[in-house]
Amino acid sequence: MKKHALTTRLWHWVNAIAIVVLFMTGLNISNAHRHLYWGQYGFDAADAWLDVIRFPGWATIPGHYNLALARDWHITMAWPFGIGVLFIWVAMLWNGHFRRDLMTAPMDWTPGAVIASLKAHSGPGGHAHGYNPVQKILYGGVFGVLLPMMLLTGLAISPGVAGFAPWLVDVFGGRQSARSLHFIAAWGIFGFFVIHIVLALTDWRLILEMFTGGKRPAEPALPQPEPIPVTDEGAPAHG
Amino acid sequence: MVDLPRRSLLAGIAALGASACAKINDSEAAGSLFKAAEDGHRVLHRALAGKQGLAKEFRPDQRSPTFRGNGSVTVADPFYQDQLAKGFPEWKLEVRGLVEKPLALGLADIKALPQRTQITRHDCVEGWSAIGEWQGVQLCALLDAAKVKESAKFIVFRCADTLYGRDYYESIDMVDAYHAQTIIAHSLNGEPLPEKNGAPLRMRIERQLGYKQAKYVKAIEAVTSFAEIGQGGGGFWEDVAGYQWYAGV
Repeated sequence: MKKHALTTRLWHWVNAIAIVVLFMTGLNISNAHRHLYWGQYGFDAADAWLDVIRFPGWATIPGHYNLALARDWHITMAWPFGIGVLFIWVAMLWNGHFRRDLMTAPMDWTPGAVIASLKAHSGPGGHAHGYNPVQKILYGGVFGVLLPMMLLTGLAISPGVAGFAPWLVDVFGGRQSARSLHFIAAWGIFGFFVIHIVLALTDWRLILEMFTGGKRPAEPALPQPEPIPVTDEGAPAHG
Repeated sequence: MVDLPRRSLLAGIAALGASACAKINDSEAAGSLFKAAEDGHRVLHRALAGKQGLAKEFRPDQRSPTFRGNGSVTVADPFYQDQLAKGFPEWKLEVRGLVEKPLALGLADIKALPQRTQITRHDCVEGWSAIGEWQGVQLCALLDAAKVKESAKFIVFRCADTLYGRDYYESIDMVDAYHAQTIIAHSLNGEPLPEKNGAPLRMRIERQLGYKQAKYVKAIEAVTSFAEIGQGGGGFWEDVAGYQWYAGV
């Protein structure tokens, strides 16, 4: 059996391209109005909860300020991203990836479990035995919170969507709140992206496996009971 | 009704396979992909909202304390400035083009027609929002009074302001033209429109972004196509900067 299902690998790379383009065009769009607000309205920098830096050309798509082109790319790439999030959730629930690898148990949230995960992961053979509690929590946060939030806040910002789903805007506390949350979730995903890349680069085989699928390691063997010392007294009587 | 240009969609998807974004940014394939996405969003939004689905209206206490003016905030034309100082006594709004009965309405004529008042959120393409109470006459009432012809497919708004030396204009299709919240507003928050917000008359097209909300409107023109107007993009920002004509996203 493959370590990574075909659906996982396919989604992983489509999503990787989509989020890079979405993030970098998003930074270009952010440059158009570099202030974030809470609530339904917001246009005055004096009311902003955050004044955002101007993102330099090397961090944006295109590499100079062009709101129209950045929006074209952003809005178009939102489709593979959004459909992809729905697709991977259906696939993960269908093939058991979620239940087997990502669903946490209450004991996974204890400090002890977290420390043990970090120790085991940095030690030899740390990748051998599936997902540890820290990985489950991080991946769960990305799949369960950040990706859906990105999608839903993005929809809520659109005046056309607000035209038929005003409740979606209100769920986030207004359009400017949705815009702020869109920005926060984007940087949350960026944070995950950095950790993800750094850890993947520690072992190039991990990256290769995301293409080939790799091989799922065998379940760890159950610890064997201590062999019972055989003594003369304990020896079965042969009659 | 679903009129997605499938061939251009495929061409666009093919373009995504190309490696360098910079290379395909200006290519025809990327352009057709973006156009397909824009048309797709318009069709999808209307399918989900219905042609007459209303944008959210707010309570008076939910308005923003002021309403930002953006783009043109003043009009250089001497006639305009003279009229602004006097309260626009001789200002006329023309309804022309593909209509059986062209109209030229003064501000008093417009205020005498049945009015609609709506407190709505204005979303700028840059990202900011403001909420204000608009009062004016529904565009559909003027189009009906002028007996707009069947052949009209778009409504073009001609404006008094210029930006970068060009006349501002905008256009919408007949679905938005006949939407209940599409009004020609003369008042903001109970006062005559200030100059920065488009005095004496501006458009409100509530399910689209701010650049569609033409200010300083002089004429409403019914046309079959806007290909021959300006550079053919259907609006000032569409021509100058390549903004999407359907501004619902």
